[in-house]
Amino acid sequence: MKNTLIEVKNLEKYFEVSAGLFSRNKTIVKAVDGISFDIPFGSSLGLVGQSGCGKTTTARALSLLDPKTGGDIKFYNTEINDMQSIDDLEGDELKKFRRNIQMIFQDPYESLNPRWNIKDIILEPLNIHNIGDLKDREEAVYEILKTVGLTPPENYMPRYPHELSGGQRQRVSIARTLIMKPKFVVCDEPTSMLDVSIRISIMDLMLNLAKDLEVSYLYITHDLAVARYMCDRIAVMFNGKIVEIAETEELLNNPIHPYTKRLISSIPIPDPSYNRETYEVNFQELDSLIADNPNSDEMIEVSPNHFVGTHDVKGIL
Amino acid sequence: MNILEVKDLDMSYKTIDGEVEAVKKVSFSVKEGESFGIVGESGCGKTSVAMSLLQLQADNGKITNGEIIFDGKNIVGLSESELREVRWSGISIVFQGAMNSWNPVVKIGEQIREAMREHYPDKTKDENTKRIIELFDIVGLDASIIDRFPHELSGGMKQRAVIALALSCDPKLIIADEPTTALDVVIQDQILKEIRKVQDVLGLSLIYISHDIAVIAEMTDNMAVMYAGSIVEMGKTSKVFSNPKHAYTRMLLESTPSIVGPKKKLRSLDGEPPSLINTDSYCLFSYRCPSPDDNCKNRNIEMELTKIDTDHYADKCCVNCG
Amino acid sequence: MSNQKDIAKKIRREALKKNWRLFRRSKLGMIGLYIVIFFLFLSILQPILFITGVWNKGTYDPVVGYSEQFQEFLVVECPKEYPTEKYKDRSDCPGRTEVNIRTLFYSDAQVGETIIQNLQPAPPSRKHILGTDSLGRDVFSQIMEGSQVAFVLGLLSATLGVGISTILGTIAAFFGGKIDAYLMRQSDLILMLPTLPLLFIISAFAELQVWHLAVVLGTIGGLGGSVITIKSQALQVKVKPFVDSARITGGSRMNILFSHVLPNVAPLALLFMVFSVTGAIASESVLSFLGLLNIDMSWGLMIYLAQVEGFIFSGMKFWWLILPAGLSVTFLTGGFYLVGRGLDEVFNPRLRDR
Repeated sequence: MKNTLIEVKNLEKYFEVSAGLFSRNKTIVKAVDGISFDIPFGSSLGLVGQSGCGKTTTARALSLLDPKTGGDIKFYNTEINDMQSIDDLEGDELKKFRRNIQMIFQDPYESLNPRWNIKDIILEPLNIHNIGDLKDREEAVYEILKTVGLTPPENYMPRYPHELSGGQRQRVSIARTLIMKPKFVVCDEPTSMLDVSIRISIMDLMLNLAKDLEVSYLYITHDLAVARYMCDRIAVMFNGKIVEIAETEELLNNPIHPYTKRLISSIPIPDPSYNRETYEVNFQELDSLIADNPNSDEMIEVSPNHFVGTHDVKGIL
Repeated sequence: MNILEVKDLDMSYKTIDGEVEAVKKVSFSVKEGESFGIVGESGCGKTSVAMSLLQLQADNGKITNGEIIFDGKNIVGLSESELREVRWSGISIVFQGAMNSWNPVVKIGEQIREAMREHYPDKTKDENTKRIIELFDIVGLDASIIDRFPHELSGGMKQRAVIALALSCDPKLIIADEPTTALDVVIQDQILKEIRKVQDVLGLSLIYISHDIAVIAEMTDNMAVMYAGSIVEMGKTSKVFSNPKHAYTRMLLESTPSIVGPKKKLRSLDGEPPSLINTDSYCLFSYRCPSPDDNCKNRNIEMELTKIDTDHYADKCCVNCG
Repeated sequence: MSNQKDIAKKIRREALKKNWRLFRRSKLGMIGLYIVIFFLFLSILQPILFITGVWNKGTYDPVVGYSEQFQEFLVVECPKEYPTEKYKDRSDCPGRTEVNIRTLFYSDAQVGETIIQNLQPAPPSRKHILGTDSLGRDVFSQIMEGSQVAFVLGLLSATLGVGISTILGTIAAFFGGKIDAYLMRQSDLILMLPTLPLLFIISAFAELQVWHLAVVLGTIGGLGGSVITIKSQALQVKVKPFVDSARITGGSRMNILFSHVLPNVAPLALLFMVFSVTGAIASESVLSFLGLLNIDMSWGLMIYLAQVEGFIFSGMKFWWLILPAGLSVTFLTGGFYLVGRGLDEVFNPRLRDR
């Protein structure tokens, strides 16, 4: 068993929303409602669910963009050789720690500053953390561009984002992300806006880099087929909670939660001869599982490393 | 009997960088009650084809050649008022993101009635309402939705209402241009089912346009693969999938991940789609082709479909590449 | 690496070329640009004419120059019907032809006496292509001087105004909360103040010179409505993923403000600047026309002088005192507006057809 890189315990993110223009009443939206998981070194977890299920909120909390409102996130700190909660980090320590986490965004057209050239975009993290002298930095940019397949690098460095195609921009995003040699990268649907032919090359690039640099991904997607290609494990999220989490093939072949079953059965199959049938959600299926584990209030381990949530999600679907 | 026949359609846009040949020599036909799929990457011209069928292309776009024969009549070059007849009551279209085109301050039912009034001026309001309730039933919406405002509905419900709107004037052919792209898989699945049901119940013909080869596999009887403005392979969906002849089709099939079957290494195609400005008549696929020969790049090639099998055609140049 | 710099240079040149191509496609923008360039040429031409000695300062200075233009007359007796008045020429007698009011000043002149009559304001001639004003100053030179004033005032106030509103707008967007609330209320307040009456009051208390006016106009413009627009643009930039990306990496607020947000609101600010030049020039003309500015020469002042001396009421007879100045104000403000429209099409992709 590999070491744990990230451990998330009961992560909560609640938003206060005022009920109306003149109302003083505030309702609380539980965007992420007590989710727990861990990611070992070099392993990637897929977070799958429909839009509004809280996966992007989770991503933003994990990348320390937005503060969480509850729970704990622990990272493996190589300096002290132990898990450390992000709540214990402050000031310079936090800034230094941020090198370890990066994020790749969905929209390659919005995630690069249109007024900067590619070199400056990739240089920015090095400048912020003041790593190496100018020559080292430029060399690092040169090398990383080669790594992500934008060759020859000197042709790309002076260009501006709008001169590149969607796939090339996403390569720039990846280069920028990896130049800090992070251990953990949050990917928010990085290929969903790309064309099929380009999508695979970006996914392959990410997989290869993960292997070479020992990066762990939290890969957020609504597409189980993509998650299957990219991830070792998959967590299915629904309404702010994780309803099922297991090894990828185990989850796809042996789904337990009715929502997971519905999700899997909804995905079109690229084979005209395949006869797909949509599973009709039946929450009664969970009843026996709950009855067998009367004391378990959260996730139930149905088989090794395969957990099913028994939260009350009936009536929402 | 063909409800729609497109012959040698050429369409181009004038832009600041030059003339973009978005659709080049596209020919296909759709039989009555059949569903026809067009698949390709963004910018391959599939939406331009849909827009030319209704002649709704942007102002700088122009059909430069070809015929579109709908229901036995060439509709290219018809006047705006004649075209209005064809639109909605002959061919109607469900756009990508059409669910966001509802007027937010008018009730859904009223907006559909408005479209119906245009085409059936002598029908009463009650008759129209009755028809809308029937249509809502077909697409799986409750009758009470008629009196709702768009913001009260979810994305999936709005898209169903768009389909009801598209059906409201009894068209013979529906063009669905990526109708589920912005939706979640679960809702996409429901919408796809509704479209299939509508087609069965009303006996409509359907042109389904998508970038997602899996959806095309499930939705269509016949299909065309578009690349750089041209159809590169066309035929029965089952034949194209089981025996893809064009290198690009093979690439599309091999690059689509699936959740069934063994996990396999997917194949990627390097390079970007070509620019469609001032294209000479070389094979536009040649520089992405895995095994181009000098002929492809230099020879003057008329892109032309050649017969592979009954109901299966592929571009001559690339049949044996890759 | 020099290779890389060459490419960078080439790319910048290409981007400029493309923007220029986009701008050129806007016909109105090009017309505006030609107008602005024409006036810029005029304002540069005047000092050149002085330096090269084509014009001498004594004759052509717009403020203190004087052109000798007079005519000698012999005072003659009039026919019997008008015995009391003497006229410079028989042809001027009533009954024969129209009487020149100005000759009445010489009613005490003796018959046979030679009178030197001042011909100012003189109509356009070869020496003065737009004529002279009532003090014998060259109108064309005044137009050139007025053009300089308009450019200085317009650009100064616009730069100042846009500078203020860009800084305040981005700060409001970026820090939000109380700072934002304060800036927005202040901007509402300034928007409510009527600018021209306010300027009247200020000019009653202080001698307003051109650069004073530029500062006042710039400050009012900068604190007013444009803060709100710049803020909304900055708010849009603030939530872009590339800003998030910089935050994740650990970029400080100032870093993000200056390197991400400001460069992305700059095009909008430039647009504002071009449009606000128009307002500044127009305001100056109005104030000068009302005689409220302490200023040597400007287009507004030219019309003001024509007005107080009564020339404005004599139809088009003294057209060279009114038309050149009036048209200059109209054309230059219009020109800047059209340039703004053209730039709008370059910066605003929504207006651009693909």
